[in-house]
Order: sequence, then C-alpha cells, then structure tokens
Amino acid sequence: MIIDILSWSCLLGGGLLGVVGGIGIHRFPDFYSRQHATGITDTLCAMLILLGLGLQAGMSFATFKLALIFMFLFLTSPTASHALANAAMHGGLKPKLDSATGKDES
Amino acid sequence: MLTAVSLAILITMGLALARALMGPTVYDRIAAINMFGTKTVLLIAVFAFLSGRMDLLDIALVYALINFIGVVAVLKLVIYGDFHSSGKDNTKPVKVD
Amino acid sequence: MKAFSYGVFLFVFWLLLSGHFEPLLLGLGLTSVVLTIFLAKRMNVIDHESYPVHLSSQFPAFFVYISREIVSANIDVAKRIMKFRCKSISPQLIEIPVPQKTDMGRVIYANAITLTPGTVSVELTKDKIIVHALTREAADDLSAGSMAKAIPDQVVEK
Repeated sequence: MIIDILSWSCLLGGGLLGVVGGIGIHRFPDFYSRQHATGITDTLCAMLILLGLGLQAGMSFATFKLALIFMFLFLTSPTASHALANAAMHGGLKPKLDSATGKDES
Repeated sequence: MLTAVSLAILITMGLALARALMGPTVYDRIAAINMFGTKTVLLIAVFAFLSGRMDLLDIALVYALINFIGVVAVLKLVIYGDFHSSGKDNTKPVKVD
Repeated sequence: MKAFSYGVFLFVFWLLLSGHFEPLLLGLGLTSVVLTIFLAKRMNVIDHESYPVHLSSQFPAFFVYISREIVSANIDVAKRIMKFRCKSISPQLIEIPVPQKTDMGRVIYANAITLTPGTVSVELTKDKIIVHALTREAADDLSAGSMAKAIPDQVVEK
C-alpha cells in the first residue's frame, strides 16, 4: 500500500516535470537556455518515471531492465547534450547572455 | 493512473515536436528530437506496464541506444555534410543557420 | 585476469537480460561471451578506460552526491520555468578550472556538469571547461568547486 502510493507519486511527479520541461523549451529565449529545459526532462523526469515503474514491478527481470534503461539514459543524455552545445558553439551560434555581466567570451 | 502519466508524456512529446517544427536554428530541432526520443523510451516503458507485455522493455532499451546514436549521427551530418570525415582534418564546419 | 572478471560480468549480464536458464541458451550465451572476450583481447581494449573497476569503490558515494545535486537543480530550474511575468534567468558563460588528473576524471566531471540542469558544459580542454549556466547562482555554485571534489579520479599505473 505504501509502495503503491510512493510509486504513483513518483510517476505523477515525473509526468508533471516532463510537461514543465516541455513548457520550458517554448519559454526560454535561445538555444543554450533551452538545453537546460531539455536537461530537466532527460534527468529527473526520466528518473522518477522509471523509479515509479520499478516500484510497481517489485523484484523481477523487468526492474533490472528498467535499471538498465535508466543507466543508458544517465550515460548518453549528457553526452548528447554536450555534443549539441559544442557543435552549436563551433557552428558560430552566439548565446544570449545576461546584459549585467556584459562580456561575451565566445 | 498509468494512463495519466502516458498522457503527460504525450503532451511533452507534442511540445517537443512543435519546437522541432518551429525551431529557429537547426540545433534547436536536433535538441527537440533528442528530447522526443527520450520521451518515446519512457512512453514505451509505461506502455509495457499498461498492457502487461514486459517484452516491450527490451524495445525501450534498444530505442534508448539507437536514439543516442541517431542524434550524434545527424549532428555529424549537419556539421560536416558527410559521414566519412574524421573531424580532425576537416576543421572548417559547414555554415548552418 | 581482468579479461576473466570481464567475462563473468558479461555472462551475468546475459543471464539477467535473457531470463532463460535452458542448457541451449546458456551455451549460446557462453559462446558469445567467449567470442566477445577473444575479440576484445585481440583489439586490446580491455584497459582501465573501457572497464574502470578501479573506480568502483568511489562510485556509490558519487552516485548519491550527483543524485542529490540533480534533484535540487531540477527543482530550481522547474521553478524558474514556471515563474511567468518576470525575467527569471540570467544566462552566463563561465570558464572553470579542471583539477582532475586523468582523462576519465575530466570526462566524468564534464558529464556531471551537464547532467545537472542549469549548467551545460560547452567545451572541454585539458585544464578548463567552458560552461553555459542558466543563472548567476548556478554559475557561482560551480565556481566554488564543491562538485570537483566529489568526482571519482584515480591514477592507475600500467
């Protein structure tokens, strides 16, 4: 019963964070800040949903596979983000920086 | 409850797709497609529990890997214009916008 | 010796993925594991980078640390997304030093920076990382360098 409640709250929190991230990629002004919104859906949203599903399944092969999916996402999503940001920087896309600091290092 | 979660994931996928269609730069589109792929993995995992067919988890696993390789491959195609250059000798990227 | 432990690891991986224990499937798994080990030996890729067992003692503490960082950073960024009406972000581009001695440590550091929402590592060189931070606070946190101390980093002699 407690595990049920825990898993449902994990799943709902994950779904909610996903939608928040989806709104984020439309609200933020430029590519680099949109990367951070993508980061939300790639990390905590995926973690919570997979954790919620794992709590549902209990100890089984399904849980192991979920853990494996989690591990792959954990390893590949920052690599893909870094590759994208690096490519954008080398492709000459300037980030919109906060005007208070005033210096543009790229 | 699982239906609600899959609905939330579908909404996020819709938003990501909208960004991929609108995106001002090509990098925005690739980032949105990367996000779309991650959400697809989660959707497949949730759907496996929804329908009780645990074999679908294997497909989610493979999709997670293919998504990463696909994003990196598309990125390389966009930057260098081909798949065969190593990136070292061809340091001048194609100008994209 | 390392190849043997790698083989055991691969075989347990096979068992957990397949979930079948018939002799035929066990035999097929064993064959593929032996083939993989043979090819990896020939290619000379079983070393401290592709199979980092020497970091495994530091990894659980790092995992706990990075999970806590991810949760707090996520809540912060989600709050900023939902703060309509006023300007809630102040994007920064900063340079931070990399204290790690090994390539592995540097890559783990850059990945950990990218993994926490609010900071994305844009460029990684030998002694510094260029980071795009969503807010001034995130940039200051990173410059303080508490994350750099938590990264598993251990020099191995060959």
